[in-house]
Amino acid sequence: MISQEPEIKQYTLSVLVRNHAGVLSHVAGLFARRGYNIESITAGVTERPDITRITIVVTGDHKIMEQVLKQCQKLVDVINVSSLKYNESVTRELAIIAVTARPESRSSIIEIAGVFAAKVVDMAEDAMILEVVGNARHIDSIIQLLSPFGIENIARTGVVALAYRSRIAPIN
Amino acid sequence: MKLKGADIVIESLKFHGVDLVFGYPGGTIMPVYDALYRAGFKHILARHEQGAAHAADGYARATGKTGVVLATSGPGATNLVTGLATAYMDSVPLIAITGQVSTSSIGTDAFQEADIYGITIPITKYNYLVKDVSKLAETFAEAFYIARSGRPGPVLIDIPKDVQLAVAEYAPVLEADIPLLRYSPRPVYEYEAELDQLAAMIGEAERPVLYVGGGAIISEASEIIGSLARMASIPVVHTLTGVGAFPDHDPLSLGMVGMHGGRYANEAIAGADLLIAAGARFDDRVTGKISEFAKRARIVHIDIDPAEVGKVMPTDLAILGNLREVLERLVAKLAPGNPHTGWLDQIQAWKDQYPLVHELSETTLKPQQVVQTISELTRGEAIITTGVGQHQMWAAVFSEHRHPRHFISSGGLGTMGFCIPSGIGAQLGRPDKLVVTITGDGSFQMNIQELATAAYYNVPVKIVILNNGYLGMVRQWQELFFEHRYSHTLLEGGNPDFVMVAKGFGVEAFRVTRPSELRATLEKAFALPGPVVIDCMVEKEENVFPMIPSGGTVNDTIGY
Repeated sequence: MISQEPEIKQYTLSVLVRNHAGVLSHVAGLFARRGYNIESITAGVTERPDITRITIVVTGDHKIMEQVLKQCQKLVDVINVSSLKYNESVTRELAIIAVTARPESRSSIIEIAGVFAAKVVDMAEDAMILEVVGNARHIDSIIQLLSPFGIENIARTGVVALAYRSRIAPIN
Repeated sequence: MKLKGADIVIESLKFHGVDLVFGYPGGTIMPVYDALYRAGFKHILARHEQGAAHAADGYARATGKTGVVLATSGPGATNLVTGLATAYMDSVPLIAITGQVSTSSIGTDAFQEADIYGITIPITKYNYLVKDVSKLAETFAEAFYIARSGRPGPVLIDIPKDVQLAVAEYAPVLEADIPLLRYSPRPVYEYEAELDQLAAMIGEAERPVLYVGGGAIISEASEIIGSLARMASIPVVHTLTGVGAFPDHDPLSLGMVGMHGGRYANEAIAGADLLIAAGARFDDRVTGKISEFAKRARIVHIDIDPAEVGKVMPTDLAILGNLREVLERLVAKLAPGNPHTGWLDQIQAWKDQYPLVHELSETTLKPQQVVQTISELTRGEAIITTGVGQHQMWAAVFSEHRHPRHFISSGGLGTMGFCIPSGIGAQLGRPDKLVVTITGDGSFQMNIQELATAAYYNVPVKIVILNNGYLGMVRQWQELFFEHRYSHTLLEGGNPDFVMVAKGFGVEAFRVTRPSELRATLEKAFALPGPVVIDCMVEKEENVFPMIPSGGTVNDTIGY
């Protein structure tokens, strides 16, 4: 018999919760104790001040995801959970990247920044800081291209996402 | 009406139908204890917060009501942790109210400060830290609603001392007023089509088995389970928490299933072509090796908790809802069908081939014999509570169970020391019943201080110790799987004289050493109006058989 390894994928969950002090520990704790790996988690208040949206990127197979969704839905504070499909949602992340930039390499770095619509937000004699917004792939790409120059620090916000409103999903 | 927070706590308890609480006072819960005193509210003072929590749990399981336990902050609250985890694993409705240091001191490592809110997130259905006295009444409404509804569970409410002392306008709050609570106790799942499917599957099945768990007790589905089993001629197995959901003496009963269930029950599961799980969660102690469990059967899972479906066992059909309602609607659809004669004959053959037996001795008291004698004397009408270990399995398997809520035992968490306090709680909840706590010498000593509670309140619980001088279940595993290396499982040398200890607590006590003394001593003890300890010196190295080793299958059964 051929055993089939379940396909491991990344899933983006959008969780609407009651906004109060302990809610993030309730949600994050669930993932920890059930052994689900969180790639990123972000939380912020929505258009309603009493409701917070938590966006969680999780890695796992289909079976694990089904459990995650059900366990999440079971939490008392959770108003709604949805799993966002990659091509049916706007997903954005912001990264701030400090890269080594000596005078001779500055223009190359600025060129790369231009391609990725990254902003130069700080510049010193030997380094600069870029701010870039996009989906995870966009950010991973600029990081890869900047690596040869020497990346000193990176701070990433984690993913926020909303399902598209337009009927035809544009390619992200 | 303006009230102090502490008085709102008491008014809320009354409003939600609580007439008895268990607890232990301390610094930060003093305002609530003062309000309790002024209101003349009935309170049972345990001797340890863990004892109070298990007593509230036993009370809840025996009555179906919500148990309530009070404790102070810090060590008082952390002592509740095992009790909360026990209730959480077995879905018992419980409200724990803890004092907390004043809001201005939270986070400063103040005296007796512990983050009980953070600590109990994984072991409660929900929990609160109430920082605003005006939110207290609605918090209690929400807490009772959550604890009791859907799949029940424990809820903790942590109340800082200054919030207990602050004053707010009080008006009783009903559950309808809770803002934004989308949590739904009765999921509005529609399952009409699934019921038709299940009815058809039952019609087609040649070898059906009904596998009944704790959900049957919680949803009070016993009667309808009986109707379903008899109407469709389906044999019934039950789990440890499902004991009493279907009477043992019914010819369709196969008793307990799993690691220490009868071999015929496990053979029936292995041979079934349709397995209907009713309020059960495919626990590893039931299934053994999951890929081999009910391998030939189509699996139907009926549960109120959607997260249980597919968690462990892939299912062919899932029905989400209250078990009693689901089965009532199912039975209405069924016509008396296939009598399954061949299947029932096969099961009878297994029963004859693998009977549940144990040896008797003229000279040595056998633990199974003690359990059976208790069962005979009480005719299955007593409420049995247990600790955890060998005695628990013997109590489950060798006594006759006739009614739901008459067997109270820590199933999921397997909490030693659950015995005495749960017996006290059950007895206080059901004063009309004889309550017998069956325990071992290990479990007995884990909350032995609660003998003082039983003595002080004259709670007439009868505590039977199956005293083999060992942590028997661990010793059994050492014998079978660790080549007889009895690492730290011999208790005998350190055990005190339990009869003297009990008498020291003011509890009447007897010792039974010979089989010939057993019946008369138990009869005498059960007739006494107060608590009694009966120390039964049983066979030291008796094993719980049959046994399927962890992760095994019915073919790996040891001892029948």
